[in-house]
Amino acid sequence: MSEKKPSLGLRIYSVLAFAYIYMPILLLMIFSFNSQKLNIRWEGFTLHWYGELFRDQAVLLAVRNTLIIAIISTVVATVIGTLAALALQRYRFPGYNLSESLLYIPVIIPEVVMGISLLVFFVQAGIRLGLLTIALSHIAFCIPFVALVVRARLHGFDKSIEEAAMDLGANEITTFWRVTLPTIMPGVMAGAMLAFTLSLDDYVITYFTAGPGSTTLPLRVFSMVRFAVTPEVNALSTLWVLTVFIILGLGQILQRKQT
Amino acid sequence: MSTTPEKGSRNFVAAVLSRLREDPSAQGLALVSPTLLYLLIFMILPLIMVVVISFLSRGTYGDIEFNLNLGNYVRLIDPLYLRVLSYSIKTAALTTIITILVGYPLAYYIARVPARQRSRLLFLILVPFWTNFIIRIYAWIMILRTEGILNNLLASLGIINTPLYILYTPLAVQIAMVYEFLPFMVLPLYTSLEKIENAQLEAAADLGARPWRAFLRVTLPLSIPGMIAGSILVFIPAMGMFVVPDLMGGAKSVLIGNLIRNQFLTARDWPFGSAASMLLLLLTLAVTLIYTRKAGFGEDLLV
Amino acid sequence: MNTYRFLSLLVLVALLLGGCGGQAKSEEVNLYAWSEYVPQTLLDSFTEQTGIKVNYDAYSSNEELLAKLQAGASGYDLIIPSDYIVDIMINQGMLLELDFNAIPNFQNIGDAFKDLEFDPGNKYTVPYQWGTSCLVVDTEQVTRPITRWADLWDPEFAGKIVLLDDEREVMGMVLAVLGYDNNSIDPAQLEEARAKLLELMPSVRLFDSDSPKTALLAGEVWIGQTWNGEAAIAHGENPAIDYIIPEEGCNMWYDNLAIPTDAPHADAALTLIDFILSPEASVLITEEFPYSNPNTAALELLSTENSDMYDAYMGFTATNPSPQDMERLYMIHDLGDATAMWDRIWTEVKSGE
Repeated sequence: MSEKKPSLGLRIYSVLAFAYIYMPILLLMIFSFNSQKLNIRWEGFTLHWYGELFRDQAVLLAVRNTLIIAIISTVVATVIGTLAALALQRYRFPGYNLSESLLYIPVIIPEVVMGISLLVFFVQAGIRLGLLTIALSHIAFCIPFVALVVRARLHGFDKSIEEAAMDLGANEITTFWRVTLPTIMPGVMAGAMLAFTLSLDDYVITYFTAGPGSTTLPLRVFSMVRFAVTPEVNALSTLWVLTVFIILGLGQILQRKQT
Repeated sequence: MSTTPEKGSRNFVAAVLSRLREDPSAQGLALVSPTLLYLLIFMILPLIMVVVISFLSRGTYGDIEFNLNLGNYVRLIDPLYLRVLSYSIKTAALTTIITILVGYPLAYYIARVPARQRSRLLFLILVPFWTNFIIRIYAWIMILRTEGILNNLLASLGIINTPLYILYTPLAVQIAMVYEFLPFMVLPLYTSLEKIENAQLEAAADLGARPWRAFLRVTLPLSIPGMIAGSILVFIPAMGMFVVPDLMGGAKSVLIGNLIRNQFLTARDWPFGSAASMLLLLLTLAVTLIYTRKAGFGEDLLV
Repeated sequence: MNTYRFLSLLVLVALLLGGCGGQAKSEEVNLYAWSEYVPQTLLDSFTEQTGIKVNYDAYSSNEELLAKLQAGASGYDLIIPSDYIVDIMINQGMLLELDFNAIPNFQNIGDAFKDLEFDPGNKYTVPYQWGTSCLVVDTEQVTRPITRWADLWDPEFAGKIVLLDDEREVMGMVLAVLGYDNNSIDPAQLEEARAKLLELMPSVRLFDSDSPKTALLAGEVWIGQTWNGEAAIAHGENPAIDYIIPEEGCNMWYDNLAIPTDAPHADAALTLIDFILSPEASVLITEEFPYSNPNTAALELLSTENSDMYDAYMGFTATNPSPQDMERLYMIHDLGDATAMWDRIWTEVKSGE
């Protein structure tokens, strides 16, 4: 894009736009220190709710569940999705069009429909609702997103490196492992991050497929806010955001160090 | 020592492997088969079950009675439900349009800052979405309510005398919907804007086009793939949304998402709810087909 | 993939599957109830005394409970369904008959709360808490005395009303205003109710079944329909908020402890039920959540332990309606096949027809 710096008008607009994006978040953080439990008006400053948070077994369990599900879903979806991306981007085979359409259905399908259909399915199949069913559901909607991102990365991929490797005597598997995979790794990582994010924040589909003891963070938060949005809930969100910010920020710094 | 079955199976595996080695289309199939299998079991099969249920009836206590009939679909062909559907479409369409209007300048700005800053800015746009969805909405309630932050701010600045009633109106719903969907529009838009070659813009300038014309005649048309990808990512989920309209709008309207949810909960009419789900799904598929006829799914934008 | 990572993944998956409801006998019990309904202090005390761990999952509506249970494969041991849901569950054979030898504390429940119409003879349930969903008023904003639901239609309250987001509650109320039975399935009466409710719509600022007190306390609304517990909490924050049992009557509900037939830890569930019915445990509920307690022994204990709270409990209509009030209360019954008709009207009204 043009080297000319953006105009003043655009810059002001962007500041306003970022204000729009961040205002609720900052508000969230500020009100996590509110001493009024019902959190309707600012009453006073306290760290009490952060302490409450760490004593809240239900929340801690929900965090554990959410992370377990997200990690498993991400790993499985990334592996399967990457393979699918390779297949669709590089090969032609009978049933190609069908495969491609099938892959994109979870992107299009409304969450409520998918959630309900999975509930019906698990019940009919006699699978008890719990962490397993949630994970299975998450994998289903994560696979297409991973495939999409990896496909995009494969788009401009130069096959000559692979051919060179093969000419030098490497078989397909070695070539894939030593040449292809490292090259598409940024795309795979991006896909994995996307899958992780989707799994972490999912509410609707998890709602339908959760069972005893498998409450995830979004579900737990939703039932907590039924009483009121107590500052404890805000504290949870604040910590969550800060943690992610730090982790991703570190990741960015590390990446820059490598290059 | 080695029994015949073992040797036989080893031969079989060897045969499959050598076939794979030689035949590229077999390789392709092998790579895509885990996905196919998984989605077949955990997506297609469940959907088929829902389709079947949509042709059944509700029992007196809300259970399911197995008599195949078209009753639910006949029931759907009713001005009331078409009204619900059209309201959902209108809301989603409005959200999409506003998101384009709000997101375009932002995407344009990010595409024009020095390259190093770009990923930082994109990262900043995404970070808020790592908070919980429900909490973000409740934060907006705090901002927009009668004695909320916005009204307090405007009053203290002397801009208004009586508070603005924004919360629990369609305006509040749109503010929150656009907020939720903004990144889904900004990212694809940014991607297509970023690809626009300097050369093309310079050529336009050389040919005497003023900046505004260059924008309208070169930039805008070239960013259409981004707009389409973004529109799909916003419009489709927005159509099924009900949480935001309920929380921000005071649950005063029925959208197709509410309707479906009500059938599975309050009305305990799973067959009718399944039929309504099918309706939503078909609509979504139709919209997607119309859009993608123009520019594919836009995967090339994600690089 | 390298072997180590693959094995770790397997172990992780195995742990997950192992953790999914395949525990040794009755070392834990799965509780499924409204959130903010069973005090953590009570559950901790139970675990201390019996060594049984309690997993507390929450649902946000009776219908959600029913849907999950009807779908099967739920894995819950103790549930707290409301009256009309108990009715449905009994009819569908979803509840276990209770062994009252294991629940000696049942004697603590007041006689007025035993042998209720939805579970004659208390074969499947014991009462947990009860309450009402009636008229709430912010008397600071509304200075004239309000005694009837019909007053809601007064133009003075335009845009200042909160109603529960529940068709049975709201339409039941409108039917009562018209003088009809709140469970009516008469199409003509329902048509009248639809029109009457439609008139009220412009005055409704929001429908909220989750936390109607928030809108009241934030000054968004002045008057409306809420649960007694919500009103009591609001009253605690702002004493000007009052709760009234209107002339036309309003809904009374009972929440009951019950055990699903497929409960994996039914014996632990019985132990928990008996524990909850003990005065020491039951008083914890009243101390934390302001609903009405059917446990007379618990209320006696409260009067000696915490007389201020006891007075507050006894003195406020939300927690302790008078006998005259009680006569005006009605209950919700399942509508059976007429459910579709009611649902349609609700959809119509909310869509502006």
